[in-house]
Amino acid sequence: MKKEHIITVYSENHIGLLTRITIVFTRRKVNIESLTVSESAIQGVFKFTIVVKSTKEQVVKIVRQIEKQIDVLKAFYHTNEEMIYQEIALYKVPTEAVYEDDTIEKVVRNSGARILEITRDYIVIEKTGHKEETQALFEELNKFKVMQFIRSGRVAITRDPIERLSEFLKERDALLESMD
Amino acid sequence: MTKRKVSGSQAVILSLLEEGVDTIFGYPGGAIMPIYDALYDYDRNVKHILTRHEQGAVHAAEGYARITGKAGVCFATSGPGATNLITGIADAMIDSTPLVCITGQVASPLLGTDAFQESDVLGISMPITKWSFQVTSPEEIPGAIAQAFYVAQSGRPGPVLLDITKDAQFGELEFEYKKCRKIRSYVPEPQIDPFKIKEAAEIIDAAKKPLLLFGQGVLIARAEEELKAFVEKTGIPAAWTLLGLSALPTDHPLNVGMLGMHGNYGPNLLTNEADVIIGVGMRFDDRVTGKVSAYAPNAKIIHLEVDPAEINKIKVADVPVLGNAKKTLKMLTDNVEPNRHDEWVNRFRECYQIEDEKIIKKDLFPEKPGLTMGEVIRVAGDKTNHEAILVTDVGQHQMIASRYFKFRHPRSNVTSGGLGTMGFGLPASIGAQLGAPGRTVVAVIGDGGFQMTLQELGTIAQNKLPVKIIVLNNNFLGMVRQWQQLFFEKRYSFTELQNPDFITIGKGFGIDGHKVEAREDLEKSIQQMIDHNGPYLLEVVIEKEDNVFPMVPTGASVSEVMLEP
Ligand SMILES: Cc1ncc(C[n+]2csc(CCOP(=O)(O)OP(=O)(O)O)c2C)c(N)n1
Repeated sequence: MKKEHIITVYSENHIGLLTRITIVFTRRKVNIESLTVSESAIQGVFKFTIVVKSTKEQVVKIVRQIEKQIDVLKAFYHTNEEMIYQEIALYKVPTEAVYEDDTIEKVVRNSGARILEITRDYIVIEKTGHKEETQALFEELNKFKVMQFIRSGRVAITRDPIERLSEFLKERDALLESMD
Repeated sequence: MTKRKVSGSQAVILSLLEEGVDTIFGYPGGAIMPIYDALYDYDRNVKHILTRHEQGAVHAAEGYARITGKAGVCFATSGPGATNLITGIADAMIDSTPLVCITGQVASPLLGTDAFQESDVLGISMPITKWSFQVTSPEEIPGAIAQAFYVAQSGRPGPVLLDITKDAQFGELEFEYKKCRKIRSYVPEPQIDPFKIKEAAEIIDAAKKPLLLFGQGVLIARAEEELKAFVEKTGIPAAWTLLGLSALPTDHPLNVGMLGMHGNYGPNLLTNEADVIIGVGMRFDDRVTGKVSAYAPNAKIIHLEVDPAEINKIKVADVPVLGNAKKTLKMLTDNVEPNRHDEWVNRFRECYQIEDEKIIKKDLFPEKPGLTMGEVIRVAGDKTNHEAILVTDVGQHQMIASRYFKFRHPRSNVTSGGLGTMGFGLPASIGAQLGAPGRTVVAVIGDGGFQMTLQELGTIAQNKLPVKIIVLNNNFLGMVRQWQQLFFEKRYSFTELQNPDFITIGKGFGIDGHKVEAREDLEKSIQQMIDHNGPYLLEVVIEKEDNVFPMVPTGASVSEVMLEP
């Protein structure tokens, strides 16, 4: 059964690695729903958070193929339930709409969104949450014609109490040591 | 080692010498000229083989790598030179062949500008390289080359590409070479889990009908002796994949033959009767398994493998045993009880009898007038005392040669398995001969595939390589024609060839040859070829519409292996 999975990849920061990772997906015709890349808590180690809809069997194979890339340190996969995750969305609405009606103000308050900037012409609203939540806010705001909308890729952390990456790096260092 | 100031291109050559490279296959051009210029001063230290096409260079490097176990090295210029390597790199990737390919690239300020002969070779080759890197400054050269050799040759080997811009070749650096021994993000060989060995050993001891399948992993790990010790202790029959060929001598009593689409009857049919399957250094390729859902349904699967991504990729392993096969086989042998499976092994012999009656006799000792591929291979094998290196191209002749040549020594077979690259054979034989100068190399090639890379006869002649080339001429793209006959109602759509006079072509390149058209002429002509001092081209005109059997049709189960159409 196809299901949303979050694949987390830790890697060295080398040019071209993003292509090598996406090739693993495109070759199997698996669509990437969202992708976020940034430096992890460990300096020099980069973290990719990739969301895909696929079967567990397929996800396991994909993760193994990603790990096989020379510059990849480690890849994990999780279901949504196993992780805490957020996306961020920005909405631009016309300022007039707020003058004419107090709905927008209420919607913003009730949804835990916040206003980032107000100009004569537009207001920029920010909301973090799951896709369903940012989407619901979009539907509400769009009654007043959203001028621009953007949603980020997902960021996610595990519910695990231990930081698996640092454990992993410790083990890896020991292994490399033993190779001498 | 003391540092010294050298140019980037000198650093390339010095680094290759540090890695013990003795042979480079290549083809020059604008963007790699500084490296060729540096090479000019080192012709006493390293041999450069100028092929007639970059595809020839990369296949030759593959042939060299497969015979020596060391990375094959090739050079090509940017743009078309680099793209001409692509087929060979893809071939090396799927067949786990270590290569270090060095391509020249336009100067770094021109990158991304569609400069003359600029192509994004890194981007093009990413899906088919184990690792790749673009060098844009001279200081990066020694480190990149050290890592290239380490990655290409360790763990599951594969091709690596280094793209070096022209300004990096011209620039200067303080040269110092350190071999690469580890990379934080890369574990070439997984650690062996002793519990898995125990678990596997218990299953093997309890097995009634175990079957071992060995692949190229055994040759890569140089685990031939360990394999032999394991089967001899356990009495387990062993069958080979196309690339596992020669890892166990053909006449070993427990060697029960070839697996797969045109493999032997027994190993295919009895796979589905086996209660335990031990796959060693093989990857359950679809040419081996046939229809996967109907493959070995009754068997527990034990999979000895170095690459974790192969575990459960096609066939779920009940016991995965990760690690270097030389070590895991040894540990497994120490943990199993001595055993025999005479009755079970006899079943393979019975199957062989059936196959012999229906197919093998007719292939090897035909009574009909037309020459068969099988008899040519039989004679060539016998006349070389089964000690030669066999290099094959792709098609019917490849299957026949693999089935019938017979081997006494490991690392004696070079073929394109995973990619099935026509045109591979002739250039690969160049590399095989250079990798094993003392051995006889016999290249068996179809008339179709020969015409894909026959310009490499020039390379063979120029370098006086004594390769013995047998072209099996059926005037057809034989393997495709066979499929057309069996599955497309004999609609021979564009498979018939009008061939040139191959012997005249050979002579034009300065290579002696002879054309065999009659059975009486076969033995002495093959003897003459072997006795000939230098390269030789033997064309054998064979029956036009012969087929290769047994056959597991695509989509069928291995147990549905056909002995006749
Ligand atoms: C580069 C390439 N193109 C096409 C094919 C498909 N193909 C596989 S076997 C074959 C026929 C080979 O004919 P020939 O070289 O005459 O050998 P034969 O089968 O007759 O022994 C073809 C066209 C291939 N394997 N490789």
